[in-house]
Parts: sequence; structure tokens; C-alpha cells
Amino acid sequence: MTRYIIRRLLWAIVLFVAITIITYVIFYLVPTDPARLAAGRNPTPAQVKSVAHYLGTDRPVWYQYGLFLKRLVIDHSLGYSFADRVSVNTDVLNAAPVTASLVIGGAILWMLIAIPVGVFSALHPRSKTDRVAMASVLVGISAHPIWIGLILSYVFGYIPSSGHALGFSFPSFTFLPIQGYCNLRGASQGQVCSGPIQWLYHLILPWVTFAILYAAFYVRMIRANVMETLNEDYVRTARAKGAPELQVLRSHVLRNAMLPVVTMLGMDIAIALGGAVLVENVFGLPGLGQLAVTAVGTFDLPVIIGTVVFASIVVITFNLLVDILYAWIDPRIRLG
Amino acid sequence: MALLDVRDLRTHFHTEDGIVRAVDGVSFSVEKGKTLAIVGESGSGKSVTCLTIMGLNSGRRIDISGEAIFDGVDLLAIPKDELRRYRGQRISMIFQDPMTSLNPVHTIGRQLREAVQLHADVTKAQANARAVEMLKAVRIPRAETRLDDYPHQFSGGMRQRVMIAMALINNPDLLIADEPTTALDVTTQAQILKLMNELQRDFGSAIILITHDLGVVAETADDVLVMYAAQPAERGGYEDIFYRPHHPYTWGLLRSLPHLATIGEDLKPIPGAPPSLLNPPAGCRFHPRCPYVMDICTTVVPEFALVPGSGDHRAACHLDEETKQREAATILTETLADSA
Ligand SMILES: Nc1ncnc2c1ncn2[C@@H]1O[C@H](COP(=O)(O)OP(=O)(O)OP(=O)(O)O)[C@@H](O)[C@H]1O
Ligand SMILES: [Mg+2]
Repeated sequence: MTRYIIRRLLWAIVLFVAITIITYVIFYLVPTDPARLAAGRNPTPAQVKSVAHYLGTDRPVWYQYGLFLKRLVIDHSLGYSFADRVSVNTDVLNAAPVTASLVIGGAILWMLIAIPVGVFSALHPRSKTDRVAMASVLVGISAHPIWIGLILSYVFGYIPSSGHALGFSFPSFTFLPIQGYCNLRGASQGQVCSGPIQWLYHLILPWVTFAILYAAFYVRMIRANVMETLNEDYVRTARAKGAPELQVLRSHVLRNAMLPVVTMLGMDIAIALGGAVLVENVFGLPGLGQLAVTAVGTFDLPVIIGTVVFASIVVITFNLLVDILYAWIDPRIRLG
Repeated sequence: MALLDVRDLRTHFHTEDGIVRAVDGVSFSVEKGKTLAIVGESGSGKSVTCLTIMGLNSGRRIDISGEAIFDGVDLLAIPKDELRRYRGQRISMIFQDPMTSLNPVHTIGRQLREAVQLHADVTKAQANARAVEMLKAVRIPRAETRLDDYPHQFSGGMRQRVMIAMALINNPDLLIADEPTTALDVTTQAQILKLMNELQRDFGSAIILITHDLGVVAETADDVLVMYAAQPAERGGYEDIFYRPHHPYTWGLLRSLPHLATIGEDLKPIPGAPPSLLNPPAGCRFHPRCPYVMDICTTVVPEFALVPGSGDHRAACHLDEETKQREAATILTETLADSA
């Protein structure tokens, strides 16, 4: 087990270096000059040159990358934004909880939907519930997050507050907020709300958007896995022993059927970070996605690298955790 | 009275292609402490017969009819939950592939304990003690230390021993073994069969042994049921089947038996393939492959009739008694000559 974890850790470091190098190289393939952008309106060549020197962009790529690695490893610093010289650490640390709330809450919600529906569908294939579930899955899989987000905003946000729908009028009210984020604890600058209730309230629609998107995949996967596991010989053995159906399901089917789901979940957290960009955009959540999108718009390399580094650390850590979790569930890996 | 009495069992699966009549009128009985072997080619309905008795068939739309009287109770007529109580306690089953029959994510100890605790209100320690006792009975070395091991840490033969231990852990009256040695190498096969014979002597369980290997039957069976295409072809005591076989299909099986003297020579498999159970041939189902086929065979279903002068030896064949006896005698001399 220890050797297994060490192997995974070494692999994680290699991955990390590869990802950051690729990000640097891509950035330098794009023909823009961040110094010119940072030097203000109509700068003189001398001004641009001095800004470039100040930002460090006049140095060769490998030197900049080395400096970045040194800062990261020794000072635990991601550098400072080209645009406003704010510490990237601060930017990222402010944005991370937003994205984390969105992704983790969304993942919990989608698993809460997907596990019971998937298992039920597998146990009652071709039943009415199964057919409805499979049809909804198709919708979920083919829908785009922005589309889902906008529809939800319209139905649960706009319609109640507009006071009329389908030709009827009613006293307008706020049902669910469609914009903004509230800290779980302590409001940050410019925020009007905070606390767990507001936090939850503002995240309901983003979470549901997320969950619709991924629950569909998971319902289908869990259904397929459970159906396959139900046909395993050891499940028949359990029944032959006289185990009641519920115990067969709990003790022999679910654990085995969940093995691939755990792996998928780990990988999808990474993909979900990508999906988060879109969902944050629709619901105006100041998360990592927003941060990165803004930074790309202004060629703010340290912020871009900062979000990439942070995201890759998160993804790599998640994969590591999933690998360990997987080994813990599956003795063939743990002891093999 | 017999321990298990199966009468006119029929299991029909409704599939997308039509109705698969996997078992179509099978009757047999198993005596207390005795071994009944069920033989037949692949797809003849041996497994489904036993799974039906256990209530373990997979599939959604299944028609089952007939009776399976076990110790005075018709297993096909009682509620599911009552049947569940018989499973693993009074009737156990082991399967063909020991590599996949144990749950890979639970320890052997946990799986053995589960079998005990499902039917008896005992502590974990007591269940563990019983598990160790059984692992010793099936001659697994260092039994105490192996409870915490996982199935993948055992070889195929050892896993089948674990399966046998699990099946016998509650002292069942009947053990159904569905080709328990097919997936094992020859040496291990012999060891497992020997073990089963010894355990039967110690535990006194009756056994239904499913196999397509008449050699295995010769070593273990008291009674034999020969199945062909979902129906019984012949049924009788061990001696009836080996010394006075009355059905051309049984003759074919006997002729295809490898003997010491014929090693190196070609075996004589029965030509042709078993028919589809979706749409079996009219008349005698064996007639398209039967070297003795007569006109009547293609239209009239032969009765599963008592062999004249026998105790309970039955065969379903239109041939006259004289021909059958002559052929049986020929085969007997052939096999005797072979093994001499
Ligand atoms: N759940 C099911 N649904 C539909 N058909 C089935 C089902 N189970 C078995 N069958 C069919 O019933 C027939 C008999 O199968 P069975 O498994 O009893 O054969 P068998 O004699 O045990 O053969 P083998 O020696 O290969 O194990 C086969 O044609 C099989 O395809
Ligand atoms: Mg079979």
C-alpha cells in the first residue's frame, strides 16, 4: 500500500510539472505583449520596456518558468497579477471557496439523485420509472450547462419576480436568487450577504444546474454497473446462501458496482471544474472560472498560471485520493 | 421417502426470440445421503433444473410448473421468503467457476460467517470458529490465518474448497454441485471429487452432481439422470446406466468416454449438435442425431417408460427391448475391452 501511494505521488509531481510547462509554452505562443497591456494607454517604447523589465517578461521563457517554480516551492507564492499587482495567492484563495462550494455541493446533489434513481432503474429495468429516468438522462446528457442555467434562472428567478406568467398576473416575489454569491462565513468586500443560509440560498440554482448535467451520466452509469453486478456469480452465491435481497444488494452488489463510479467521480471533479466556468458565468459567481476567464481576457499570465496551478493541484490531489479510496475498497489493488 | 422428489418440472423463459423451454418435463428423486448425477451436453437444461428448485433463476418472465417436494414441502409452491430460509441451510449450491463465485471485496472469513449468521443467531466469534472448522474440513492449510484473506489470494482449487466449506457450513441435507470441477485442472478435479465423497460420508448430505463427464459419474453417483434437450432421456441406478443403458444418447455418451486403453486414439463424440430449445424437433428430440432412427421417431414422442423387469430404470426410446439389450451388451464389452 505504501509503495502504491509513493508511486502515485511521484506520478502526481511529474503531471504537475508537465501541466505548468504546457501552460507557459501556450502562453508564449500567443503573439501578445503583456507589458504593453499593463503599461497603460499609448505607452512609449521606453515605458513598455521598463514595464516588461518590472514584470520580468523580458527574460527568456525557461528563466521565467524557473523563477515561477522557485517562488512556488520556496516562498509558496504564485506571484503577482500583471494587471493590478495583487497577490495571485489572494485572488485564488478568494475564488477557490466559491468554486469548491459549487462543485462539491453539485457533486453531492448529483450523487444523491443518481444513486437511488440508478439503483432503482437497474432493479426494475423497463419499468415506468426506469423509462422516465432514461428519457430524462437523454435530456440531461444532451443539454448545455448555459442553456440549463438560463432556463432555471428564467423559470425560478425571472418569472416569480416579474409577476406574470402564461398570461396570468400575480404579486411578484423573489423565489430564488439568480445572481451572486454569499460567503459561508464573513462577508468579503462589496458583498451584501453572508452566512450559511444565504450561501445555500444563492447556490441552489447553480447546484441544480450542475446536478442535472452530471446526474444524467451517473444515473446511466450506476444503472449499467448495478445491472452488470447483479449478474455476477458471487451475487448468485449470496442468494444461494439464503441472504435476503436487501442484504444481497447492500453487501454484495452496491460495493462492487460503485468501484467504477468512484473512479469516474474523481475524474469528473476535474471535468466539473471546466463546467464550473460556464455555471459561474451564468450565475455571476466570483469563482476560479470567472477569475481565469477575466485573466485570459487581459493576458494576465500570473493569474492564469495561478488558477491552472491551483486547479491542477486540486485535480491531482483528487485523483490521488480516489486512487487511495479505490485501493481501500478493492482488496485486489490494495494487496495485489 | 425420498429427500427430494421432482415431478414433471418445467421452466420456460420468455425471451425476445420466443419461449425457451429450458426444462420441459423432468422428474427425478434424490435419496437421503445419496448422490444423483445429472449428465447431458451443454444447454440440456441441467443448471436451470437445479436453479429452479433453488428459486435462483435469473430473468424476468419465467413460467415454472411441476413439483419439487423437499422433505414434504413443495419448494415451488412456498413463498419466496420461506424458500430463502431453505437456501444455504437445508439446501446448498456450489457453482462451476470458483474464480467468480466468491465476492472479491470481502474476506473469506466474512463470507463464511455470513453463511452461518444468516441462519443461526450466533456471535461473530462462534461463526468464526465454525468457519475455521469448515476450512479444516476441506483441508485448507493454516485455516486460522486464512480467514482474513481475500478470494484473489487463493488458487482456483482452494477457492472451490472454500465454496464447498461455505455450502456445508450449516450441515445441509442436500448439496447441489453444478459442474464443481469443470473449471479446474485434472489433478485438482480429482482432489475435489475425492474431498466431496469424503465429506458426504462425514456429513451425510445428499448430493446432486451436475456434470457432462460420465467419468465423474462413474466415480461418485448412486443414481443417474441423463438429460437431452431439456428432457430426461434415461434415468436409473448407477448400474442400470453403465451396464444396461437403454437409450442411444446414453450409448453415445458411453462410447465417447475416454478409457485408459484408448488414450491417444480419437474419442468418438456424438455427431451433430443439440437442438435449439426455442424450436425443438418433433417426435423424439434426439432423432436427428440418432443412428437408430426409425419413422416413428420423427413424429411420436417416446414415452419415458419403465424398463421391463427393472426397479426404477426408465428410458424414452422407441427401439424394441431386444435391440436395446443387444446394443447395451455390445457397449459393455467394448468398454470392458478398452479398459482391459
Ligand atoms: N435466464 C435465462 N433466460 C433465457 N434462457 C435461459 C436462461 N437460463 C438458461 N437459459 C437457456 O436454457 C438452456 C439450458 O441452460 P442450462 O444452463 O440449464 O444448460 P446446462 O445443461 O447447464 O449446460 P452447461 O453444461 O453448458 O452448463 C440454454 O439454452 C440456455 O440458453
Ligand atoms: Mg450449466
